[in-house]
Amino acid sequence: MNAKPASISENLIEFRDVAYHINDIPTRMIVSDISLRIPSGETLVLLGRSGSGKTTLLKLINGLLLPPKGAVLVQNRPTTEWDPIRLRRGIGYVIQEAGLFPHFTVAENVALVPTLENWDAPRTAARVQEMLHLVGLDPHEYAHRRPRELSGGQRQRVGVARALAADPPILLMDEPFGALDPVTRAELQREFSTLVRRLGKTIVFVTHDLREALLLASRIVLLQAGCIVASATPKEFLRLDHPEVRAFTSSLSVSPGAPA
Amino acid sequence: MSPWTFILDHRGEILSATLDHVTLVVIAMAIAILIGVPIGMLIVQRPALRTIALGIASIFQTIPSLALFGFLIPIPFIGGIGKRTAIVALVLYALLPILRNTYVGLTGIDPAVLESAEAMGMTRSQILFRVRLPLALAVILAGIRTATIITIGVATIAAAIGAGGLGTFIFRGVALVSDALILAGAIPAALLALLADFLLGLLERRIRIS
Repeated sequence: MNAKPASISENLIEFRDVAYHINDIPTRMIVSDISLRIPSGETLVLLGRSGSGKTTLLKLINGLLLPPKGAVLVQNRPTTEWDPIRLRRGIGYVIQEAGLFPHFTVAENVALVPTLENWDAPRTAARVQEMLHLVGLDPHEYAHRRPRELSGGQRQRVGVARALAADPPILLMDEPFGALDPVTRAELQREFSTLVRRLGKTIVFVTHDLREALLLASRIVLLQAGCIVASATPKEFLRLDHPEVRAFTSSLSVSPGAPA
Repeated sequence: MSPWTFILDHRGEILSATLDHVTLVVIAMAIAILIGVPIGMLIVQRPALRTIALGIASIFQTIPSLALFGFLIPIPFIGGIGKRTAIVALVLYALLPILRNTYVGLTGIDPAVLESAEAMGMTRSQILFRVRLPLALAVILAGIRTATIITIGVATIAAAIGAGGLGTFIFRGVALVSDALILAGAIPAALLALLADFLLGLLERRIRIS
């Protein structure tokens, strides 16, 4: 994997005063007043409670949603001007349930975007092998299995491999480890944080788990009721004096069963 | 004369009636699939059409088969006595299970799968042909299986309006009070339905597993 040194100055993704509301109901804002620059190579974690608008921001980046107000720019071009298919093929996407195709083998799932992009067979096959190794799955053992023959953790690994297969510069992840048991989750978080540093991708990662945010983020953006209320590096974040930040940091210290 | 000797003696006629029966069913099913599957695909996108299409199909399904034949006979072009009217009626009967299962199969797919397909940059037609249809296939096939069984049954009654097939023996047997004649139609008709059910069920399981 050739990790290119990222030029930090370039804004790969930019939100310009974006608001999003449900179809025809401008009063029902899901997110509003969002301005955000995500430079190339950053691992930005969108942190917030359920319903705070994290997933909406993610879907605005790959054009699954389009902003009725403001603009979302990817590589300096508004998502409304991109061909949605081209835009999405350059953006990896991993969600909580993995969303693997049940009728495809692991190898076919990973090969999805290369196949859509008409890579030749040897190149695709080599890439699938490489990706499975990257996420810690032995191709000989797993390439021909179906998703239902995998554990939850293995499915998420395949999900990550699929998202990275066509080497997109951007990776969007929506609580990818949220449905896993705590042990598997910690394992994947650790491995993924090493992977992130090796890949040099621009990553936008949605979670409600502060611990996960601190482990992975180069910057944490905290959302509350559809607005950005804090944006800081993990170190600074813990020292911020905002009620919602404190609500999250206090959740860290309350671990039931631990000695006071 | 025992029914068995009768059946053996007339095996040529029974075989040709069975072939007539199968032909009737195959033609009707082919038309019903060609109409039902595309309409099923269409109503996934159009909720307004959904109620209308499923409503009309279930009305046809509810009308007793002899009554439906009766309604069709006076209609010009499609009506009259014979195979054509029978095929139209069989198609109308087969439509509902095919339509309904196509719709259910296409809409019953895990939303996470569809979301990833879209987010990975698949076009609408790629999502339809590479994700939705393959995943709905087992359910659609179950509908085709149900429709085939119904069609084999209704085709037996279609002999009453001169469509030929195995029903001819049964009706003639009832008129002549001949058990042998009745059985010469009833046994192959029953076997045909059981065989179709078995084979299509086999195919369905195969698709579901792979």
